[in-house]
Amino acid sequence: MSQFNLNSSYKAVVIGGSAGSFQGITKILSQLPKTFPLPIIMCLHRLKHVRNGFVEALSIKSVFPVVEPNDKEQIKKGGIYLAPSNYHMSVELGNYFAMSTEEMINNSRPAIDITLGTAAFVYREKLIGILLSGANRDGGMGMKHIKDKGGLTIVQEPSECMIDTMPKAAINLTKIDHVLKVDDIVSLINELDKYYR
Amino acid sequence: MIQDIDIADLKRITELIHSKYGYDFRNYAMSSFKRRMLRILEVKNLSIESLLKKLSESPVFINEFLDELTVNVTEMFRDPGFWRVIRDEIIPGILLNHKTFNIWHAGCSSGEEVISMAILLREMGIHNDVSLYATDLDTTILEKAKMASYPAKNMELNEKNYIRFEGKWTLKDYCKEENGKVTFDKGLLANVTFRKHDLVIGDVFNKFDLILCRNVMIYFNQTLQNEVLKKFHASLFKYGYLAIGSKESLIWCDVANRFLVVSNEEKVYKKIKD
Repeated sequence: MSQFNLNSSYKAVVIGGSAGSFQGITKILSQLPKTFPLPIIMCLHRLKHVRNGFVEALSIKSVFPVVEPNDKEQIKKGGIYLAPSNYHMSVELGNYFAMSTEEMINNSRPAIDITLGTAAFVYREKLIGILLSGANRDGGMGMKHIKDKGGLTIVQEPSECMIDTMPKAAINLTKIDHVLKVDDIVSLINELDKYYR
Repeated sequence: MIQDIDIADLKRITELIHSKYGYDFRNYAMSSFKRRMLRILEVKNLSIESLLKKLSESPVFINEFLDELTVNVTEMFRDPGFWRVIRDEIIPGILLNHKTFNIWHAGCSSGEEVISMAILLREMGIHNDVSLYATDLDTTILEKAKMASYPAKNMELNEKNYIRFEGKWTLKDYCKEENGKVTFDKGLLANVTFRKHDLVIGDVFNKFDLILCRNVMIYFNQTLQNEVLKKFHASLFKYGYLAIGSKESLIWCDVANRFLVVSNEEKVYKKIKD
């Protein structure tokens, strides 16, 4: 039945996105299976000095509420997490988040490379990484880390992206497993869910 | 460029620093600590072995090392809404009981937050009634903080924050620009005592009505955060206030039930029990 060759060993999904990714991300969140068992960890470029509004806007569209975790907050099954504004968000061994205010990376804080890279270190081959539309190269290295650790890598089909710099950066850095339109990413997530029943 | 460091190597570094210099980074949060190490290796062009050698053979290197290790990214009036709460709720609350009081900036870095507080106090007309203590474990950055001099290019962001704080004037009124640097009026620092203090191994050294420690404990693991929060509790007068970063929390720690949440949004707590 599968076109994606999935299984039930995955522990988490990380999603990165920037300019032009809002539509894609809300489509994914609005069509999540009601029982989706994995945490979804999102790092999206956002206005650095606007703390409120974004998580609420995503929550409205999402099947489950989206939260901006506190420092050292445990990552729960089925939780949907968004990196807060003006902080880098790391995943730590022990399955919790850590925030930091280090220098910007790729002109970004939160930087997608940090969230994806630390998640790859913790979850290794049990991680699915998804990179959507974006106007800079942030996230490319993170996707390479996921691939190098044996995780599953997916980028949005560049022709569908409002700005394709970000997925293309990942494609140039590593061998991406699936290049998909957002609708197909939604199908993949729904198919994945069936393995956990 | 080195791509990654083993946990075992990080351990060797923290153990060496602890045994030789007394600084204890063993309970720092892993991923940010690792990034700092990778950064030091890159900036100083060192391998792990040469870093360990340098740390064990050259005691002057430790200050340089600490300066690179600690995260010194900060801005004036970071989270303007927080500063409005301090001005409109917290300080009026302190003034109900005391005409003069003490503030501690724990982990003050290059001093932007201290200057922000001094400006706030001056605009409230109580600058001379407040003693500020600004501490950091990094002596290099403390010297910088004393200069109150910052790159002019940072001022656009600082000024934006100040506008959203709804200050009385503009930041330009408090500083002079020269050769790409702005230097703040030294009078602002007249009541500030700068001193070296390490939150991890340092003692309780004074009592305060307000402690600010924002985005410092995020670099610690929960065990260490818990210990440091006990020190803050012991350093506060009863009914004194503790302010932490917007993504930090103390609901889980041992002293949580001795504090009351004053602002959940801006993370300000009040000590209600000794």
